[in-house]
Amino acid sequence: MTSRLPRFVVALLALAASAAFAQPGGRSTRPNLSGIWQALGTANWDLEAHAAEAGPAPMLGALFVIPPGPGFVVGGAIPYLPAALAARQANRANRWTDDPELKCFMPGVPRANYLPYPFQIVQGTDKIMMTYEFADAVRIVHLDDPGEAPADSWMGWSIGRFDGDTLVVDVTAQRDDTWLDRSGNYHSNELHVVERYTLRSPDVLLYEATLEDPQVFSRPWTIRMPLYRRLDENAQLMELKCIPFAERALYDRIGAPPSGN
Amino acid sequence: MQLHTPTAAVALLGVALAAAGQAQAPAPASLAAPNWTVPRLADGKPDLQGIWTNKTITPFERPADLADKEFFTREEAEAYASRTLQRNNRDNRTDDVNDVLSAYNAFWWDSGTSLLPGFRTSIVVDPPNGRIPALTPARSAALAAQREAVRARCLEPGCAVANSGAPAPADEPQALDLMTRCISFGTVVPMLPSAYNNNYQIVQTAGAVAINTEMVHQVRRIPTDGKPHLPPNVRQWFGDPRGRWEGDTLVVESTNFKGEFFGRMAAADENLRVVERFTRVAPDVLLYRFTVEDPTAWTSPWSGEIPLTRIDGLLYEYACHEGNRGMENILRAARKEIAGAK
Repeated sequence: MTSRLPRFVVALLALAASAAFAQPGGRSTRPNLSGIWQALGTANWDLEAHAAEAGPAPMLGALFVIPPGPGFVVGGAIPYLPAALAARQANRANRWTDDPELKCFMPGVPRANYLPYPFQIVQGTDKIMMTYEFADAVRIVHLDDPGEAPADSWMGWSIGRFDGDTLVVDVTAQRDDTWLDRSGNYHSNELHVVERYTLRSPDVLLYEATLEDPQVFSRPWTIRMPLYRRLDENAQLMELKCIPFAERALYDRIGAPPSGN
Repeated sequence: MQLHTPTAAVALLGVALAAAGQAQAPAPASLAAPNWTVPRLADGKPDLQGIWTNKTITPFERPADLADKEFFTREEAEAYASRTLQRNNRDNRTDDVNDVLSAYNAFWWDSGTSLLPGFRTSIVVDPPNGRIPALTPARSAALAAQREAVRARCLEPGCAVANSGAPAPADEPQALDLMTRCISFGTVVPMLPSAYNNNYQIVQTAGAVAINTEMVHQVRRIPTDGKPHLPPNVRQWFGDPRGRWEGDTLVVESTNFKGEFFGRMAAADENLRVVERFTRVAPDVLLYRFTVEDPTAWTSPWSGEIPLTRIDGLLYEYACHEGNRGMENILRAARKEIAGAK
């Protein structure tokens, strides 16, 4: 279809795209990060390099296998403290029952950004809303000063500022109930995340997150991946209200089995 | 007791709101701020951003004793507020198991202490009697049949008193109501006040408006880019919202509902269509008007109006499903009862 568009339309579209790239957001010096974004790759399966593995349901054959990935951790491995590494291994052994994602819990930061679902950035004047398809998770990035977090929460407390063309978000006050991926990589409630969002082109947002957590890691470490703008014509965030899908997994184990089952 | 009125809501009857290009009736003059122009974003659209509340003691439907009275006078409003607060402050405890559900009073609720700005006697403004129209005979019969099925089922063990006040099956998650399951508190579309957390945060950019409902963090992502609705076979709990600007009013049309609702919309079905209009009429007032149409549920469309009031402060995360111990315990008790009866 595109090739049949008149030349001037193509030129106009190109102009519009470059204008959108250069066009400021709320303030004249800020890039506008608004749009629908999604990570590719297998970060949500395992932030570290990993080979393909069988999935949880052998009778489903090649469906739902764990896809391979070359890893997203700058420098290779996550620098776990020894006891924390053992805890990660235990998490991994129980991934098909314990991963908070299967429970439809809000995913926390940074995991929310590399779930295999789109999320939308709505960049307002003093607030940026990051809204996620999965579990209706949402967070407000305060570009003004909201003060201290009143309590730990699932999606944490995000304070943002622009460092040149990069949005830098400081995330604290996250609960220790979330994981970093489906492989049991995890953190405590002392996790401190510094995220950096930089437009590399109109449709590619370079995402970096540095994670610091003295309870779990021996030093700060960084993940890096591009987020891609969803360019499909019908791209929109739909409802992925996963509560109904998680209820059997969560509640079948409660009490006596229900009648009729 | 102090009645909250927005700074600009002094008696300005007779001052017409300049709302060029607006198809709908203009905002009530008493809510419009004089000598104030709405702030705009870079794309020229009115700036609706901020945190807004619809908490109120204004009745949803007009009480029978106010039959043809559309507005309170200030004196009547104060008297009504005082009576309502007195009633809401009663100690409702009966010191038995019913307290879990029924002992709530103003200590737990967050309805505020005032009527909505403008002193309407009900949120429902059309039909003119301020009451929701009758259900269609077919819908009425279908709901009665549902209730009867639940009643019959609950002659057997495994039921618990639901938020509706009547016993309902409690041994399977899907049988529990949407509020218990943390799916919906009935506060999203239309945006209706509920027991607490009646706050909404709007963030806006060219082509999209996002509204975060504080009550269990339901976000509405409203495209204003002119794209059509999802295909009719695709259904969502909160429908598919599409926004457009009519003059300075944001108009949001939602269709494609799944057809399961909680609270005041419980009688609606999958044919629901809701049209909402957001007009910022004063620094602290975002006039919210909505029309509900569902020809298979109600015999006529009906409309409501809530002037949302800007509040200072922040919206906080209201996780619900993540800590739903109440649901675990309801299921545990019902399943235990069933197992014990065998």
